[in-house]
Parts: sequence; structure tokens; C-alpha cells
Amino acid sequence: MDNRYRPVIGLEIHVQLNTKTKAFCDCSAEVFDLEPNSSICPVCTGQPGALPVPSHEMFELGIKIASALNCHINLYSRFDRKNYFYPDLPKGYQITQFFHPLSERGWLEVDGKKIRITRIHLEEDAGKLLHSGDNITKSDYSLVDMNRCGVPLAEIVTEPDIESPEQARIFMEKLRTILRYIGVSTGDMEKGAMRCDANISVVDTITGKQSNKVEVKNMNSFKFVEKALEYEFDRIVQLMENGQEVERETRGWNLTTKSTVSMRSKEESHDYRYFPEPDIPPVVLDSEYVEKIKNSLPELPDDRLRRFVNDYKLSEKDAWTLVEDKKIADFFEEVVKQTKEPKETANWFLTELFRMISEHGEDKIHINPTHFVELFQLMRDGKISRNMAKDIFQESALSGKMPSEIVKEKGLEQVDDTKLIEDIAKKVIEAHPKEVEGFKNGKEGLFGFFVGQVMKETKGKANPKTVNEILNKFLRGV
Amino acid sequence: MLTNEAFKTMTLKDAMTYEDKSALVERSVEIIAKEDKNIRAFISVNKSPNIGIPIGIKDNMNVKGVETTCASKILKGYVAPFDATVVQKLRENGFSFVGKTNLDEFAMGASTEYSAYGPTRNPHDLERVAGGSSGGSAAAVASGEVIAALGSDTGGSIRQPASFCGVVGFKPTYGLVSRYGLVAFASSLDQIGPITKTVEDSAILMNIIAGKDEMDSTTVDRKIDFTEFIGKQFPKMKVAVATQSFGEGVEDGVKQKVREFITLLENFGHEVAMVDIDDLKYAVATYYIIAPSEASTNLSRFDGVKYGLRVSSDSLRDSYEKTRGEGFGDEVKRRILIGTFTLSAAYYDAYFEKAQKVRRKIANRLSEVFEKYDLIITPTSPIVAFKIGSVSDPLVYYMMDIFTIPANLAGLPAISIPFGKVDNLPVGIQIMGPRFSDAKVLGFADSIERQLR
Repeated sequence: MDNRYRPVIGLEIHVQLNTKTKAFCDCSAEVFDLEPNSSICPVCTGQPGALPVPSHEMFELGIKIASALNCHINLYSRFDRKNYFYPDLPKGYQITQFFHPLSERGWLEVDGKKIRITRIHLEEDAGKLLHSGDNITKSDYSLVDMNRCGVPLAEIVTEPDIESPEQARIFMEKLRTILRYIGVSTGDMEKGAMRCDANISVVDTITGKQSNKVEVKNMNSFKFVEKALEYEFDRIVQLMENGQEVERETRGWNLTTKSTVSMRSKEESHDYRYFPEPDIPPVVLDSEYVEKIKNSLPELPDDRLRRFVNDYKLSEKDAWTLVEDKKIADFFEEVVKQTKEPKETANWFLTELFRMISEHGEDKIHINPTHFVELFQLMRDGKISRNMAKDIFQESALSGKMPSEIVKEKGLEQVDDTKLIEDIAKKVIEAHPKEVEGFKNGKEGLFGFFVGQVMKETKGKANPKTVNEILNKFLRGV
Repeated sequence: MLTNEAFKTMTLKDAMTYEDKSALVERSVEIIAKEDKNIRAFISVNKSPNIGIPIGIKDNMNVKGVETTCASKILKGYVAPFDATVVQKLRENGFSFVGKTNLDEFAMGASTEYSAYGPTRNPHDLERVAGGSSGGSAAAVASGEVIAALGSDTGGSIRQPASFCGVVGFKPTYGLVSRYGLVAFASSLDQIGPITKTVEDSAILMNIIAGKDEMDSTTVDRKIDFTEFIGKQFPKMKVAVATQSFGEGVEDGVKQKVREFITLLENFGHEVAMVDIDDLKYAVATYYIIAPSEASTNLSRFDGVKYGLRVSSDSLRDSYEKTRGEGFGDEVKRRILIGTFTLSAAYYDAYFEKAQKVRRKIANRLSEVFEKYDLIITPTSPIVAFKIGSVSDPLVYYMMDIFTIPANLAGLPAISIPFGKVDNLPVGIQIMGPRFSDAKVLGFADSIERQLR
């Protein structure tokens, strides 16, 4: 079945742009978690007589996204009105770009495949309804919070090039990485800073028949994008196998039932009566201005990945894990510059540092490049073992103390005194005649027991290499 | 001591240098109290106005802290939280907002009959309309209740009532005056302008209210001295009179006045030619697609959620329908319906898109005329003020805008100046110029006005 039916998926993604002001007024656009209706003005609440004035910054960020996604940028763009009634839409229309979007025809590579971008346009966000009950139908009343009204959005529309629910998730994750790299959005799906609707249809590869398109909404995490589309794919395939019609409709992902539920059929779909926004003249961009913004973009994740693989000789998987978070990648490069050991540094990042970040949270970690330099040096000099280094790293990371300081403080310096270890080893052997007997009779595993005992006597500070050598000499006579 | 009679004929120019500004306000308030019972030019009167030059503000412009009604039930109780840019400028220049003037609901109409507050009456004949939609402003100036007033003009709403009431009304080039704080009817056509006793007063007011406004991105940055040609000897001009001025639907009395005006121009040494501007016949149809289209979405914000009238109901949809059903008057509903239809996906190309093309065609044709002529002359209205309640056919009503609409479609400056009377009712002549020729249009009108005195 899996091979016979193939999903065809296209995405529509809304990205909240982190501009200082809203799209068409001077209100602050940082509205998450604010007291309701505290970042509003006559313009964004649709007072009679108020007029929208487009922000420059919104275009700057829009151009950055369009450039990062390899889009053609239209120097002439225009705003339009999308008309519909809803209490969270104070003007009764949304200002968007329907006829002449900011940019078109781009692509983003996922799994070696170019997913084509149809268009990226700018628009304003709507407000939020707060229901008195659990949901709208069970509420006596609803309140409107207009803080989000007018926050600028970039809407990114892809061609139906995505071939699996998993690929849709990866696309979204990669998009978020890019958005964060270029600093245009937090990309937090959970906080609504990035929202995704999907269109899915299914092709029967044997008959060549393609189902109707279904739109899926309410997928507010990367995981749910994949889960909802998997569910929807299975649902459509089931219908096709049963010879049933796939209705053209909009369905919403329901978190509790883990299924999609019909929201409205095509017949109920709106006529938005798009027409040119007469309050805003067409926007004509200067090509030099566009070039300037393009040139201001930082190295993009894909380019950085290639560089990490080529220059640092990292595997593609490890490299992407480091590249994915720009802050981590920047820090990694800073550290490598000083340690000059990319592979070793990457190992410490991928295991120890990541574990610590996930255990303690990023803001509790105070490690800096010199910590790495010192730690590596201590190991190279044989002053600490790798295991000790892990403990020291942990403490350095949390306290910010230098590794050498910690070693001194705790008297952790590795014991490499052959005479001392020999004395201890002799004592251990004398104290355990049975085990010596057993070892000599072929119980090779007991070697580890002696090593352990010596380490215990030295409180773990003995250089394991030296211990091994001495015990070999005493027990095996080599 | 300033008498009521002296105040009534006082020009803005004189008021600006009149020292006792509180006397001006007192006279204005007194005259309004006495005479507005009959004229009904005002929707609301300020009980304790600030001291300054009394000016009437059409009640679709925001004065902070004062109710903005747009003569509609749907905005009842809505107190404006901010000043319109023009109001702010007037405030800074020492004007006093004695009251908000009546209009057709949301400026949709040509008679001020479609007001939730009842019709304004023409000071020249109380049984007749004052014109509209800025009928309250025109009547308030004509009756001497205020020194001057502001109106808004979407298809003739300043010029036609000025013409009916025998005063001066000027619609500037689109983009010269900020619309911020003017409740939008049709954004691409709306323009605020002065209604005054003299052309010079209009020019003076324009110097105050015009200018690029960062709150209105459709305003343009043009430094114009609107009084530049006021009181100056005007050079010989090439004037085109649209042959449509003598066409079907134009009253004989009005035609006669246009003929007299032509003779007058020729006597003053101007070169006058009759020019057939055939495309004008499409203007009304074009306008009555574009204006309702824009209006249908501009008026979407009146939904009972945020301000004004709210008729509560069990369902959201029902509340919308009842609020808008009870809040809007018939003419507004008619235009919302037309506009909703012309913007619907199935008819967008056939109506709205087509109308946009014709709009450009009309603008291009007018530009062509302006390549050969400095100005275009028509009557402001094909008829004089009619009796209240006498016109009930919307199509007849809409055709009255035939001469004023083209200036809105093309964004041109146009003025209506009083030119005598027919059957004791004022007639207005419209003078239209190319874009940004506002100072010239005003100067030319001023030169005629001075000759007539």
C-alpha cells in the first residue's frame, strides 16, 4: 500500500516578523504574553478615520526571507484587502498582498530535493479571542485581545513538491533554522510565531488518479505537522481504497483525539473580495536597496554545513547538529579557533555540552573557549583522565571556573608517580590472594578488579595507563 | 461691538486679523442657537467652545473628545480618540470647533437628506435641500453661522452643496490634504477641502490644512502656496467649456448661466472653446462601481464589536446582521450591496477591474484636454437645489453628480463658485484644472469673483 499511494503536499507558512513596530502603525510588535490590549492604537484597532502606513522594516525582513529562499524579488509590489468578518479582525479586512506579492519563484533544498516556493508576501496578523469557557461554543462570552492585530507576517507558499509528512516536518525545521539565522523571527511554532497550514492530496500510482486536495490546519508544532499529515494521508488512502470520494475541505488537527476533523467544506469557503488597498500607494523598491539587504545576510545554514564538512572533516549529520542552532554554531567556531581541534571539540559539543544544555538550560551554562583549551591541554599532558575531564567540564560549565583551578582545588591532579602506584598495587595484590589465584587460573576478567582496587585506593586519581602497565608487570610478568 | 449681521458676512481673511476672537465665538454660538432650529446644519454643537475662529467641521472628521457620528445610527455614542490631521492643524492655527455639521450618512448622497439626524435645509429656501453630502457645512457657511467650514468630497460633496447654497467649495488635488481622521467613504476618491464665503478664504484655509502627512501615505510632498495668485491680475487663459454642459438633464436656467459665464470670460479677454469630452458620459457609471466597492469594505469595521451600536444576539452572525441592519440607512445599505457585488470574485473583472480601466481612460482624456487648455468649465450641478423629498429614484439622484465626479476619478483640483441665481436659487460654476494646479484654479476663480463684485 505504501508504495502504491503517494502523498502530494504543499505548505502555507505564516512567519511573524520580529520588527520593532507593527506593520502599519508605531505600536510595538513584541506582543507575546503582554497584558491584553496594551499594545494598540487607533490604526491597529480600526478606529474610524485611522489609516495604515506600511513600515520599512517589514520590507527589509521580507526581502531577507525572500533572498534566503532564493526568490525573485518584485521591485513593484502592492497591498490588497482581504475582506471577511470576524471579531479579531477590527477593520473587517486584512491588509495583505494578493495581486502583486513581494516575491515569487524560489526554493529550499530538503533531503537533496529542491522544494519550490511559489510566493512570499507580506501581511498583517489578526488579534486573538479569549473565550470565557473551554471553547467558543461552550462560552457565554468572548473577549477580544487586539495586541496581535497588525503584527507583520510573511506568508510563504510552497508548490506541492513535498513527498512525505516527514519531509514536511523537515522542511519546517529547516525553514525555522534559516529564519533564526537571518534574524527575522523566533520561529517558535508553539508560541505561534510560525504557523503552518498544509494542502495534501494523494496519487494512486497504479491508476494515476489523484484525490481532491484537503487543507489541514491547527498544526502548532513540528511534530504535529508530521502527525497530522500522516493521519490525513492514511485517511485519504482509506477512502480511495474503498472507492469513496475525497471531499475538498478544510480539516483541523485535533490534539486530544489525534485526528483531523472537518472544519468547512469547499461550498462554505469565503469569497474574500480581494481588491487593491486604496489607502496605501504601490511600493516601489530601489534595486540598490534590495542588493544592500541581500548582501547583509549572514552565511546561510546550508553553506555553513558544507564548510563544516569540508574544513572540519565532520560527518554531515554531526555538522548539521552543530549548524542547526546558530548560537551553538557560532560558539563552536569560536572554540575551534582556539583549540585548533575541530573533531575533538565537536565530540565534546555533541555529547557533553548538549547533554548539559538539555539538563540545565542554556542560560545556566557559563563555558567559554579558554575552558576547552585548558581542558584539552590537561588531558594531553596526562594530568587528568578523560573521565575526570568530564566531571571537570561539568563543573566549569556550571560555575565558569577554569579547569586548572578546579583540579587544584579538589586535588584532582592525576597520580602518575610510578613508585607510589607500585606500592599500592603490591598492597592490593597481597590483600586479595583468592583473586590472584583465580586470575592465574585464567579468569582474565579479574584484571579489571585489580585496576578498580588501585583506582579506589588512589581515589580515582591514578593515571589509568600507568596502573595498567604496573598491574601487567606484577600479574602477568610482562 | 460685533453685530450678528456683521459676523454673518465676515470673511475668514478678516476674522484672522479680528482681535476679539471670543466675540467671534459668541456671535457664532448665538446665531447657531437662533437659526439652526430651521436650517439644521449641525448634528452637534459645542456647548463651551474654545476661543478662536468659529469653523464648522463635517461630522465625518474626528475632533478629539467629540462624538463623530457620520450622520449614522451605527456610530451613535462614538467619541473620537484622536484629532483628524486637518483638525489638529486648525487647532494649532487658532480655530474654534463650534460644532459638527450634518451630512448624508457616511457622505453617501447629494442632498443631506440621507442623515439619521434629518435633512439640512437650504438657507436660500428652507423647503429645499442644501445639497450634499457636505450640506451642513455649506448651509452653515451660507447662513453665516460660522466663518468657514470643512467638507469632504468623494464625487462632488463639497462643490455641489456649495453650489446649491451659493458659497465657494474647493476640492483639492488628491493627496494634498491628509485624510487621517476622515472616516473613509471611498479612499481613492475622498478629499477634504474648504467651504467658504470667498475664494480667497478657501486659499487661506488650504494653506493651513494641506501638506504631506506621515499618518496618510497617500499624501504627497508638494509645497504649494495656494494664495499665490489671489488678488493678482490674471493672464489670458485658454478655457475649455465641456459641451456636456448643455447636454440632456441640464436645466435651462443652468445652461443660461453657463452661457453668461462664457460671455463674461470672453469679455475679460480669456480664450474660450467648446470641447466635447465624450468620455464624461461614463463617469457616473464608473464612479458608482468604484465608490461603492471601496465603501463596502471601508464600512466593514462597523460591526458592533468595538464601538458604536451593537445589537446583541445569540450568534455572532446574527449580531452582525442585526447591528448593521439597524445601524445603516437605506442609501448606505444600497451602496454596500452594490460594492459587495462588484468586488465578488465572479464579477470583479466585469465590474471593478473594468471600472478601473475606464477611470484611467477618463483621466487620460482629461489630461489630453489640459494639453491644449488651461482649465475646464462646467456647471457644478445640472440642476439647482430641489425640494426636500422630491427625488426618490436613485438613478436620477446619481446623475446629478455628472460634472463633479470626473475631478474625483482623475484626482484633479476643482472649485465651485457662485454665479448668480435662477428662480432665486444659487447656481455654481465649476472650474477644473490639471493635477497640482490648485493655486492657479483658485487664482483664476478669485479673479472672476473680484470682477463680479
